[in-house]
Amino acid sequence: MIELLTNLGHWLTSGAQWSGPDGIATRLLEHLQYSALATLVAALIALPVGLLIGHTGRGAFLAINLSGFGRALPTVGLVTLVFLASGLSMWPVYVSLVALAVPVIVTNTYAGMAAVDPEVRDAARGQGMRWHQVLFQVELPLALPLIMTGLRLACTQVVATATIAAYVSFGGLGRYVFDGLAQRDLVQVLGGAVLVAVLAIALDLALAAVQRLAFRNRPAPSQAH
Amino acid sequence: MTICRQGKGKRMISFKHVSKHYPNGTTAVDDLSLELPEGDITVLVGSSGCGKTTTLRMVNRMVEPSSGTVSVGGRDILEADAAELRRGIGYVIQQAGLFPHRTILDNIATVPLLLGWGRRKARARAAELLELVGLPAGSGKRYPHQLSGGQQQRVGVARALAADPPVLLMDEPFGAVDPVVRTQLQNELLRLQSELRKTVVFVTHDIDEAVRLGDRIAIFRTGGHLVQCAPPAELLASPADDFVAGFLGAERGLKLLSLSTLAGLPQEPADDKGRWRLVTSGRGEPLGWRDTEGPDGDEAPLLPVRPLRDTDSLLSALDESLASPAGLVARVDADGVLTGVTGRDRIHEHAGRRHAEAGRTNASQAPDPDASVTA
Repeated sequence: MIELLTNLGHWLTSGAQWSGPDGIATRLLEHLQYSALATLVAALIALPVGLLIGHTGRGAFLAINLSGFGRALPTVGLVTLVFLASGLSMWPVYVSLVALAVPVIVTNTYAGMAAVDPEVRDAARGQGMRWHQVLFQVELPLALPLIMTGLRLACTQVVATATIAAYVSFGGLGRYVFDGLAQRDLVQVLGGAVLVAVLAIALDLALAAVQRLAFRNRPAPSQAH
Repeated sequence: MTICRQGKGKRMISFKHVSKHYPNGTTAVDDLSLELPEGDITVLVGSSGCGKTTTLRMVNRMVEPSSGTVSVGGRDILEADAAELRRGIGYVIQQAGLFPHRTILDNIATVPLLLGWGRRKARARAAELLELVGLPAGSGKRYPHQLSGGQQQRVGVARALAADPPVLLMDEPFGAVDPVVRTQLQNELLRLQSELRKTVVFVTHDIDEAVRLGDRIAIFRTGGHLVQCAPPAELLASPADDFVAGFLGAERGLKLLSLSTLAGLPQEPADDKGRWRLVTSGRGEPLGWRDTEGPDGDEAPLLPVRPLRDTDSLLSALDESLASPAGLVARVDADGVLTGVTGRDRIHEHAGRRHAEAGRTNASQAPDPDASVTA
């Protein structure tokens, strides 16, 4: 056990392991690239849907239950399915990562919109705001803290799951996990897993810090009248 | 159907056979015809579910009538663009409904910004209004949650007045603040109204608030029926039916006295005769009553006096005459200097006459503007 940890430490800190086309730096960059693109596409799909459901109040049932559905969706199964349909490409990876992120963002966006005080919404309409002014000047800014939470959760989940790119022969930190398993190289498997975990946690903390900084002027939700 | 008798001003808002039915079968407003004169405060009162808020919200199309016509300034509101219509009508709601993510100044500047005044001009106007509603200039940079409930409500009024709309809709604006602050806000509203002369529609379930603020009061009954609409004095003196009488409460006569002032009530000079002597300061301000027949003579402690001005109500005079040991009310001028005293009997007699006058005014159906004295 001690030996394993020592080897793991050595693997993670050796300069040779970090450099080169198969090096950790390259894999980390690939991993971030997959994650960023998938989260971005998911946000572009999920934000309008969540905002629309929140603004109109129609489809609330869908928005509330979507996140449970998203959790239940087997990602590896989805990758395999899309792989069979599309052949060898990045499609299986992006489709399954986006499918994972969309429900979280929709549900949180909707929750943020639903939490806007109806009196405030009423006042906004009553002052003469048009629907898009109510949405963008009042509802969206007030829902933003929860929307950010949704994006943060989605980002963390996508980073943790982007290892599946390696499952269909692409790069990313998952490479070490799948290659290590194939080569029965436990140190490499663990090294990959640790890197993914650290990356996910670090991103989560960084985004949480940004969130706190951005909304430091906001009252606690209980006072938000 | 009840038609509210028109007041002195030209009509600003009119409802013609307006009804509001909801798909679930409830009727919020039933065949309402009502005309609201320009520059007056009309208070809509009634228990919850009587359609008063629905009536108010139909003026700025927050609720659309099922049938009938609502017009503002002579124009059918359904012909106007809803958002533009609302920008021209001030709207104040309970809990103020301020935007929590915007500063006080930006909250007040909402409508000017929507009207495209530009940020600088809108902010300058907002700063003016902050002062008008009695808030310190420094509060403009703060956020709504940093203000007290009463202050938030003032901001709500400032926001509604920002673009200087001719009409102001107020939906239970002071319902959520404590009684002391509520009285302050009511006084502020009356002060603002004496300067601005807006056409105000004010919804409340508090009949005392209605009597205090209203130039006329419209009483609604559950099911959206307007039962009676009249100036407060007329309403109190001769309620149309038992429902209105019940709603006005048992102390109708006292409420009526709260509408009349001491102006015109004769006074006598305070003399040195009798057991009770009114002690005044060097400047002539009443300090208290001294019992000259008490065991302590001139050393006796003073009993409290609450001097009244001509603008104070007959009700407060009656109250003070009961509290005063001599049965006399000390009268002072605007500077607080004693002008004379009035006895309990005289106040009582005057109050009775006012009551009778209010009743007669209604019976003749010809309102004499001087007879319905407002507070």
